[in-house]
Amino acid sequence: MQATLPMPSATALLPLLPELVLAGAAFALLMIDLFLNEKQRVLTHVLATCTLGLVGVLLIAGWGGQGTVLSGMFIRDNMADVLKVGACFVSAIALVYAWPYLRERGLYKGEVPVLVMFAVAGMMLLISAGSLVMVYLGLELLALCSYALVAIDRDSPTASEAAMKYFVLGALASGMLLYGMSLVYGATGSIDLATISANAPMAAQPAMLITGVAFMVAGIAFKFGAAPFHMWVPDVYHGAPTPITLFIGSAPKLAAFAMAIRLLEVGAGPLGDYWHPMLAGLAALSLVIGNLVALAQTNLKRMLAYSTVSHVGFLFMGLAGGGAEGYAAAMFYALSYAVMAAASFGAIIVLSRRGFEADRIDDFKGLNARDPWTAGLVLCVMASLAGVPPFLGFWSKLAVLRAAVEGGMLWLAIVGIVCAVIGAFYYLRVIKAMYFDEPAGEAAGPRDDRLLQVVFGVNALGLLAFGLFWSPLMAWCQQAFA
Amino acid sequence: MTHWPLLSLLVWLPILGGVFTMMAGNTRPQAARRIALGFAVATFLLCIPLFTGFDLASAGMQFVEQRSWIPAYDIQYHLGADGISLALVGLTTLTTVLVLIGAWGSVDKRVSQYYAAFLILEGLMIGVFSALDALLFYVFFEGMLIPMFIIIGVWGGPRRVYASVKFFLYTFLGSVFMLVGLVYLYLKGNSWQLADMAALPLTMTEQAWLFFAFLVAFAVKVPMFPVHTWLPDAHVEAPTGGSVILAAIMLKIGGYGFLRFVLPIVPDAGHHYAWLVITLSLIAVVYVGLVALVQEDMKKLIAYSSVSHMGFVTLGTFIAFALVRDASLQDAARLGLQGAMVQMISHGFISGAMFSCVGVLYDRMHSRMIKDYGGVANAMPWFAMFWVLFAMANSGLPGTSGFVGEFMVILAAFQANPLIAFAAAFTLVIGAGYTLWLTKRVIWGEVGNAHVAELEDINMREWIVLGVFAIGVILLGVWPKPLTDLMEPSIAQLASQLAATKL
Repeated sequence: MQATLPMPSATALLPLLPELVLAGAAFALLMIDLFLNEKQRVLTHVLATCTLGLVGVLLIAGWGGQGTVLSGMFIRDNMADVLKVGACFVSAIALVYAWPYLRERGLYKGEVPVLVMFAVAGMMLLISAGSLVMVYLGLELLALCSYALVAIDRDSPTASEAAMKYFVLGALASGMLLYGMSLVYGATGSIDLATISANAPMAAQPAMLITGVAFMVAGIAFKFGAAPFHMWVPDVYHGAPTPITLFIGSAPKLAAFAMAIRLLEVGAGPLGDYWHPMLAGLAALSLVIGNLVALAQTNLKRMLAYSTVSHVGFLFMGLAGGGAEGYAAAMFYALSYAVMAAASFGAIIVLSRRGFEADRIDDFKGLNARDPWTAGLVLCVMASLAGVPPFLGFWSKLAVLRAAVEGGMLWLAIVGIVCAVIGAFYYLRVIKAMYFDEPAGEAAGPRDDRLLQVVFGVNALGLLAFGLFWSPLMAWCQQAFA
Repeated sequence: MTHWPLLSLLVWLPILGGVFTMMAGNTRPQAARRIALGFAVATFLLCIPLFTGFDLASAGMQFVEQRSWIPAYDIQYHLGADGISLALVGLTTLTTVLVLIGAWGSVDKRVSQYYAAFLILEGLMIGVFSALDALLFYVFFEGMLIPMFIIIGVWGGPRRVYASVKFFLYTFLGSVFMLVGLVYLYLKGNSWQLADMAALPLTMTEQAWLFFAFLVAFAVKVPMFPVHTWLPDAHVEAPTGGSVILAAIMLKIGGYGFLRFVLPIVPDAGHHYAWLVITLSLIAVVYVGLVALVQEDMKKLIAYSSVSHMGFVTLGTFIAFALVRDASLQDAARLGLQGAMVQMISHGFISGAMFSCVGVLYDRMHSRMIKDYGGVANAMPWFAMFWVLFAMANSGLPGTSGFVGEFMVILAAFQANPLIAFAAAFTLVIGAGYTLWLTKRVIWGEVGNAHVAELEDINMREWIVLGVFAIGVILLGVWPKPLTDLMEPSIAQLASQLAATKL
């Protein structure tokens, strides 16, 4: 007999409004772009940025209201709202950074903003996922857009290679995740995360359930780029055009965080005793590997890629610490890292020109002598990444440190701080290049682009401003898990 | 005047000044110098109401400003000063003015940034001395690293990169352990306030862990043997101003940290492990003193002598730990703490003065090697006068400030164990040895070479700098009472906190 689902009324779907607006606008832009010539193409870009900003505002204003729709598949709660706002705004910033860079290199196609919008839609579905299917759908929408974005510069061998690696490894990770999901489904008889959580304690085959959760953890670790599933990160970050790296290095971390919370805390919450240690192990490994390998890099994008691995380690520290305070700390870390990552790749974009990527540390040599203002901003970004107070990066490290100590993982906290010191070294190298070295060869000077400079200035100084007054941001995160 | 947020002004005025100085830009060095000096002098003058408005009879925190900063984590913007903080704040503002004057003619590369870095550093250091919230303290404590890193790295000597990175990583590594300790204390007592942490009961195991977390942080800063190795490098490579600030003030932050954190928060562990710190201090005092004896680089010699003299600070502090539980020795314990504090202020003047003297020579000869000098007194008689005065103070001659603190610490140590006192007193001999030998080789004797013969004596600007240091050294030497009166109530309170067990 066929099950009959009642057709939901339009008002019941209202919590979906932001997603609908975004997806609708993305389709519309795809069409509009067809009728635009090269000169008018800026319109696509501006409209895409505005839409992302608008969706963010819609979310802040709370339009559509919170609630659970589509028979529990889609959940809009406090956490979802905060993360979606973060994802929309960070992606909008990424688009602004991308515009001059792509235009100069003839990469400026209407597809870029549209793909970004679809990727954000994928993130938003992932963030709101209430069932395994929705998790997978959101994840794949995000992933497919990301693969295409990495390959957008199709004439570049490194970019194509990066996209290929990303695609193959991403497919592998999706496979692992799907396998884990199928085991969990088999053990609990449901794809609904809340039901899984309710059924987990009385699962007939706990071993199967735990194996499934372990595979899901691996899938999550891959999406985050946590060691030992980090192999794709340096190649993709290095190979992709810088604005694309900026995009995939920032906002998707928020979605990955939500995925971890939905799958592990909401879904596999009763199995916390199993997956908390797994996350703690991944955290320690990521911290050590990320920081040590980053030391050896000469390419800034690769260095930042390994530094991402170590930041993911810190984020996992908060997740492993657990509890409302721990998740809030991890969420705070994800949000602040997204902003820091945008600023760090933004620095490369600001300094790059056509034919000069400014992505080697040596390219930053003597920047202070040429342009003290930009050098000062990059100093803020690097200090924040290193976790020096009063910048935002320090406070997010403090939050996860607290979560780890509170969760009884003092050893992890100590691994974390020792790695933070190791990490400080390679960020200092960038500061050293800018301030202590004299300019050599074709050294970077900032691009003469007002908009870009303003965005970068706001982004970098934002790290200081939020570092001095981060209470509202943290309160927001705490509210999400209250 | 009392309702003015004086401490906030003292913290933020120099930082604001730093921003203004930076805006003047490197292309207008003279404007930058004037703006910076103006702000530094204004900050120094702000200390006057601080001292006049201070109630000498009270041991509590004064000029308290407390408001919520980060409500989500209960962090407060909580400033306040007692006698100990006040003395160090005064030293900081004075030294900064002198450093900025001293750099007037000798720094001509990226001037505005140089001056701005010192002003920002000043604000942060004052913040360290007046923060009463543990995290606020930590923010200032760590925030100092970046300006100092840049000062050493940009305006330093040939191995400046190595020295600056070593400086940064050493201090960073030390302080992150403290951060974990502070987080633990917060989770335990639900407050970041130092006063609440001091009142929190802790078991011996907890105290021991916390003690070592604090010890690592502050021992690196002081620096104590065996984690002192960053200091000679940093000092040698840093520009004159950087060396002066480093020796005169930043090292004091380590000693201050012991007084603010270790004494009140983990008194039992401090008591239990006092022998360890005392041993390390004695090694610093004697062994590092001997190391100083064989140096060929003037700055390195003074750097090692700094380590040796700072050994007295930790010795005095922890002698108090050893003594205070014995009711009959309370006075000696107080004397030890008092001596440690006087030694800090005195060493601030002496080391600042010695590094300034080396800077004066370096500006003329571009060499720090002792062998390049000889008979400087013939060409620079006034300079020689100052040098000899500071050298005497460095060797602890009675009548100079160097004598007072060391004498008090030795007296206190004698009550604990005459052997400790003997070992500590031995340093006076070594100290006199390396300082006088240095003086003999640099100042006295025949004119070493043609370059020395052409040296010009100190100019007006250098006169002011060295003169002010000289006044400080002599005044503190013959009349230390105002300083000890200033700190007495706070020290008595610290000693009583020490005496009470928290177990």
